[in-house]
Amino acid sequence: MADKTIPTQIEETDDGQILFNVPLPKNPEQFKDLSPIILKQPYHIDYIHSYGQDSPWFAGLANKRLLGTKCQKCGYQFATPKLSCMECGSDCDWVEMPLEGNLHTFTVCEFGSEEFLKETPYILCLVEFEGFNTLLLSRLIGVNPREASLDWVGMKVKAKFRRNSKFKPTDVYFVPA
Amino acid sequence: MRPVYVVSGGVSKFKKARPDKTFQAIVKEAVVYALQDIGLDYRKFLEIVDGSVASYFSDHFTRQLMAGIMVQDYLGLTPKPSHRVEGGGATGGLCFQEAWKSVASGTMDLCLAYGFETMSHVNTWKGNEFIALASDVSFDYPVGGFYSGYYAMMVVRHMKEYGTTVEQMAHVSVKNHRNALYNSYAQKRQKLTIGDVRGAPVVAWPLTRLDICVMSDGAACTLVASEEGIRKIEKATGKPVNAVKITGIGRGTDAMRMSDRPHKDVILLPHEKPEDYVGKKFVGGKLKYPGIHSFRAGRVASLNAYKQAGITDPLSQIDFVELHDAYTSSEIQTYEDMGLCRYGEGGEFAASGKTFMPGIDYGLKLKEKPVCPVNPSGGLIACGHPVGATGLMQAVFATWQLQGTIGKHFGDKTLQVKNPKRGVIHSHAGTGTYVSVSILEKN
Repeated sequence: MADKTIPTQIEETDDGQILFNVPLPKNPEQFKDLSPIILKQPYHIDYIHSYGQDSPWFAGLANKRLLGTKCQKCGYQFATPKLSCMECGSDCDWVEMPLEGNLHTFTVCEFGSEEFLKETPYILCLVEFEGFNTLLLSRLIGVNPREASLDWVGMKVKAKFRRNSKFKPTDVYFVPA
Repeated sequence: MRPVYVVSGGVSKFKKARPDKTFQAIVKEAVVYALQDIGLDYRKFLEIVDGSVASYFSDHFTRQLMAGIMVQDYLGLTPKPSHRVEGGGATGGLCFQEAWKSVASGTMDLCLAYGFETMSHVNTWKGNEFIALASDVSFDYPVGGFYSGYYAMMVVRHMKEYGTTVEQMAHVSVKNHRNALYNSYAQKRQKLTIGDVRGAPVVAWPLTRLDICVMSDGAACTLVASEEGIRKIEKATGKPVNAVKITGIGRGTDAMRMSDRPHKDVILLPHEKPEDYVGKKFVGGKLKYPGIHSFRAGRVASLNAYKQAGITDPLSQIDFVELHDAYTSSEIQTYEDMGLCRYGEGGEFAASGKTFMPGIDYGLKLKEKPVCPVNPSGGLIACGHPVGATGLMQAVFATWQLQGTIGKHFGDKTLQVKNPKRGVIHSHAGTGTYVSVSILEKN
């Protein structure tokens, strides 16, 4: 049996040389046999994103306060803010959230989107809060990602805030309470 | 509404990368195959077809807006009507249903549904980033959210609530990869053991690389027709058409953010009772639904489609299912949504043997005989998942099953379900936001 831990293939990377010309067969009938020409093209933009009606939530984090919303009519409470009630369509108001909750579920990300690969392994979790009908997606810090266990589900966790706000949802994260 | 049929279909070989052709030319491969299968001359096809629907998920992958019209003109279908459909992973399934609508409504007699995705233009982790943009970019993506992470969180809750195990999930991977050994279209044709699946590198705990489908370049199409459309084809080819009837169409949705999903009463299928979901085995004595462990969209899509097709006991009335197994865990969750077993029983059901193919040695000790093969083709996990093509690929494979022509198309009869009367295809977008279920029957 081949040892599966030993790679048998050199990893493909997308760097390469700049090429200014390629040979072309003399006979047009052979043109269809030409290998495809593959180019690398840069693809970068600065995108102007607005948090819109959700902006107070991010301003709250910058001031170490966790906000949720509550429906004016039916009282449904959202732990991730919604300004329109998913239950009855009424407007919602901002309310203060408890800073402690329970771990509803989690995962340890050993890989991620390219942007987050450098942060692996990191723990994503969904937190539930007393009196709130919906959950909040966040990061769990302060546990060993190598010791992931189903027993973590239900764990009491508390919110912590970054001192220097980045105006991202990671301005709040959770640690075991 | 008029009766609607699938007349033929084609699938390009799904591969990691197809730099040899642009997306238009890959779609054409599938279309040429579908026409050759029924002996319909291309020029004659262009005369009698009434229009099309285009299916592709991500403008980021193509980096080309209006790619649909570029396929339409490459195929020679201009100036006939067309539009693009997009609904994440369910794009292909929704496209198939849009073609059904065009024909059922009497707008068209012959409609071509084509779909593609070319995902090889960026590396795997950039691709994961593109796909992760199909989650809330204010609240979810910036936390480090990506799809394997979202599904992992869902199955962790499924494991906690129901006792589902990673070994049960691995059964799905072994089954689907092994089935694909006999499907020449599949991208990953592998003989695996439970140990191989669990021993593979973890992507998002507890999901390993072999619990998750891969990215692909590929295309698929189906030709959908009314009875009048079938007559037009038969007149053009001088041959009878082996058509398959579409007898049920269902769709459902759920909130984009998993955190927004409610915890309420379960939506019941006709064969279920409220008492099925009360008792000690449920956290708090009663199933809270859908939570993040179940796909409400899949349940609603199934309910609607079953109603139309007159299905009241899915497991005994469906002969095979091609469902959206982007993750082994989501195949298990989908068994429950579709009512192949009850909520909470998916893990046990996955390892029971009921969803395996007869006559294939999986190297597993299975307690039960096959009842309703699920993903006989190998599913997304083994076939690959070029998003806009996937749901149409399922429609093509299901059509071939009901025509009894799997042997002809796969070059191997092993995966032909014996005398199937009814097959179901299920297409699903990220974390269960859009789900489509379509029912096909032998004519």
